Amino acid sequence: MSWEPVIGIEVHVELKTNSKMFCGCRADFGAAPNTNICPVCLALPGALPVPNEQAIEWIVRIGLALNCTIAPESIFHRKNYFYADLPKNYQISQYDQPVCTTGHLDVDLDGETTRVAINRVHQEEDTGKSIHVGGGGRIHSAEATLLDFNRAGVPLVEIVSEPDIHSPAQARAYAQQLRSLVESLGVSDAKLEEGSMRFDANVSIRPTGDEELGAKVEVKNMNSFRSLERALAYEIDRQTEVRESGRRIPQETRHWDEAAGITQSMRSKEGSSDYRYFAEPDLVPIVISEERREEIRATLPELPHERIARYVESGLDPHAASVLVSGEMGLGALFEEAVQNGADPKQVANWLTGETTAYLRKRETTIERTALTAAHLVQMTGMLTEGRLSSSAAKDVLAGVLEGEGSPEDVAAARDLIQMSDTGAIESAVDSVLASNPDALEKLRGGDMKPFGFLVGQVMRATGGKADPKVVNEILRDRAAR
Amino acid sequence: MSEYTLSGARTALRDGSVSARELIDAALDRAAKTEAELHAFLTLDHDGARLAADAADAEFAAGRDAGPLQGIPVAVKDNMVTRGIETTAASQILAGYVPPYDATAVARLKEQNAVIVGKTNMDEFAMGSSTENSAFGSSRNPWHTDRVPGGSSGGSAIAVAAGSAIVGLGSDTGGSIRQPAALCGVVGMKPTYGLVSRYGLIAFASSLDQIGPLTRTVEDSVTALEALAGHDPLDATSYRGDRPDFRTGLDGGVAGLRIGVVRELSGEGFDADVETAFRRTVDLLSEAGAEIVEVSLPSMETSLSAYYLIAPAECSANLARFDGVRYGSRHDGATVEEMMTATRADGFGQEVIRRILLGTYALSAGYYDAFYGQAQKVRTLVIRDFESAYRRVDALVSPTAPTTAFEIGSKTQDPLSMYLSDVCTIPSNLAGDPAISVPVGCDGDGLPIGFQIMAPALGEAVMFRVAHTVEQLVGFEQRPPMLEVWA
Repeated sequence: MSWEPVIGIEVHVELKTNSKMFCGCRADFGAAPNTNICPVCLALPGALPVPNEQAIEWIVRIGLALNCTIAPESIFHRKNYFYADLPKNYQISQYDQPVCTTGHLDVDLDGETTRVAINRVHQEEDTGKSIHVGGGGRIHSAEATLLDFNRAGVPLVEIVSEPDIHSPAQARAYAQQLRSLVESLGVSDAKLEEGSMRFDANVSIRPTGDEELGAKVEVKNMNSFRSLERALAYEIDRQTEVRESGRRIPQETRHWDEAAGITQSMRSKEGSSDYRYFAEPDLVPIVISEERREEIRATLPELPHERIARYVESGLDPHAASVLVSGEMGLGALFEEAVQNGADPKQVANWLTGETTAYLRKRETTIERTALTAAHLVQMTGMLTEGRLSSSAAKDVLAGVLEGEGSPEDVAAARDLIQMSDTGAIESAVDSVLASNPDALEKLRGGDMKPFGFLVGQVMRATGGKADPKVVNEILRDRAAR
Repeated sequence: MSEYTLSGARTALRDGSVSARELIDAALDRAAKTEAELHAFLTLDHDGARLAADAADAEFAAGRDAGPLQGIPVAVKDNMVTRGIETTAASQILAGYVPPYDATAVARLKEQNAVIVGKTNMDEFAMGSSTENSAFGSSRNPWHTDRVPGGSSGGSAIAVAAGSAIVGLGSDTGGSIRQPAALCGVVGMKPTYGLVSRYGLIAFASSLDQIGPLTRTVEDSVTALEALAGHDPLDATSYRGDRPDFRTGLDGGVAGLRIGVVRELSGEGFDADVETAFRRTVDLLSEAGAEIVEVSLPSMETSLSAYYLIAPAECSANLARFDGVRYGSRHDGATVEEMMTATRADGFGQEVIRRILLGTYALSAGYYDAFYGQAQKVRTLVIRDFESAYRRVDALVSPTAPTTAFEIGSKTQDPLSMYLSDVCTIPSNLAGDPAISVPVGCDGDGLPIGFQIMAPALGEAVMFRVAHTVEQLVGFEQRPPMLEVWA
């Protein structure tokens, strides 16, 4: 029997507003523990939440970019559960009346586009962080738990897809393209490594052709696009094996163990907690008039699919355009800046999607951690156009720049890779080679082109390989014709 | 000196016949003489109060006047947080907790140079109608110390009745200002929901809670409300419009007003003396030119049940934050869960636990629709009933409570009969409307009886107008008999 995987993804995006969702505390990442806190986000007795207007505007932006319906009126709910890093022991979230409903994202994968429907996009607040001390850092063996409430109350947007995804690769593409969308909107850093973008997946399998959904397994703790893809592939295989052996899949939550490459059961959903949602009485409904909605729509920047279309129009091939805009390497901003500063789009695209991407993969690093800047790309492509750098020398130069050896000019000089395009110097090199090889010159003049390649090689050797071969060819032909 | 009204003290402070220091010394002296018997306060801030009084006197001396509360001793219910002064909401779970900030209502008092006498006793987390649910001991009625003062704002009502404050701040979720005001013979009013900021009020039921004043006269109630009301950006449910004029027509009498008597709020369960005093007052209003009509509000009969689902549901979430993790008392446990469970089991009193359980149950999957969902529908019916009534009348009246002050301990084993104490006051909380209790006489045992006037949202002016007229028509002059001993 063949099985079809059915995947839905929940994405949490931390908004990069200046202040938290319901108080005036700073919402930025990386401050000393418990320094961005106040009575509201610590849930001191008597404190009350006041919604962040910027966050509301931004969730509307996200909703509009995902083609959602924006509710004219939506409300907050309390989601009740006890956890030490949840100060109020309830999370202010949304339940049956979220800000955004029924949208979609068109996902490109291997030249094919599929539409993933969005069920809802809702606003909520983040929790604090528990740091388990001793016992290997796991809660059950820890000697103590330290709490940092800096993150408590940071605005969080949850984007819930319909189960429209049918392969790990598609899931990865969806997640990547969602990230580039959110990034392009300027509403989140969307950094997986800092946790400002996190995803959970609901996975089930069903006999191909069936309509009915199988038991849903929620997979958590996937911290990179790669681990999302790996975890889903593992989970689909696991479920297939279970089903084929005639057993049933229990509805449960499973934890992805990146090191072991497996998912492990966390808790059974069947006995799961009841969140006792009810309308948050401390807040009034979020009202977004048609006028306000259209005002926000007008501020939407160029969206990734629009940007890809623009790049294709400017001559890039669709694959390169899509890698630049939505690829996980995050090369889009660098490309955009380099092109804006006069670099040739096709050349920059080639260097970024080719050599640079290969370098990042090999070193398992990100573009932000390298020294490469847009100015470097402008300079390097300029040198190529001027003929001061050969394509092969440019590869070395780029590697040096990525390694932090300096600008392309610096690297080329230090590695002695500047191409000699000064015609005068090449002419004299050619002439001196010809002077020492009069026979060869005679043959050329007599129409026998056999020694031509030999002579070019001699000139290149004489110039230490830095002469532009094109120029050498031209001068030699000129001499032969005399 | 302790028997000053707010308006009397206000004039006396400005004509130099009394100083703020003299007022606070008299209030603290009265507290010193009465606390052993009445236990109105959980904390008396002797030093802070005297400093604030001296500062107020200095302001007067410098010719600066921050308004009618300048130099006035005010008693604050212990569920409003006060920076640097222990605030417990009468719960063991907050014993020793000193807040780092002031509730907006407290901040307003301070801005207007009022003098905070101390923090008053209450039912734990404002859950109760007798102040017997305090973790730190019951309070007693100044009219008869075997009787309860009512609750949950019992301490503030006692402080005003006994002369240890001129104004008391209370909070009213289902009658917690009006019922103790009635039982202690003072004026207590619950403003329109949203008029007074809830920021810093330790939440019981967020959609019902409202801070309001307890005073000796209706005019003082107007003045105190003027000082407290106003938009607060820290409370998202705070009313955003301009503050309504509460005072207009205060002396205008009731001629030409249509006043509705709520049929459902009388009869069975109401003391005969309460009914008699109520009818007599209605007759006086009629004689003064009001048109009296009987109004039937069928939803009144189910409002008590709805309240006892909605308020516990909200409190079950509001009180979840008291877990021993960040502040308050903590009981150790082997795991975080055990610590939280032990802290909450030991820290909360019986009535609080009862309501948390009720509310948790009412919100649970499978029960939500039958309980919480149904209660919300009843709430909508109550609102509609009131709206339709207010299309026909300017104000509604009823007794404030079905009985006068009952004996201490007489209802603690019977929560349902205790809950019935609030049958007349709960509907205004469900509707978010203003209501006030004015003393109109005493029963055969010499215990005060309250008369309630209800008005539509933001209808404080008409409510005060009727209340002020009642006060003048009735001429209630009695004071707790022990006052002469304490003086």
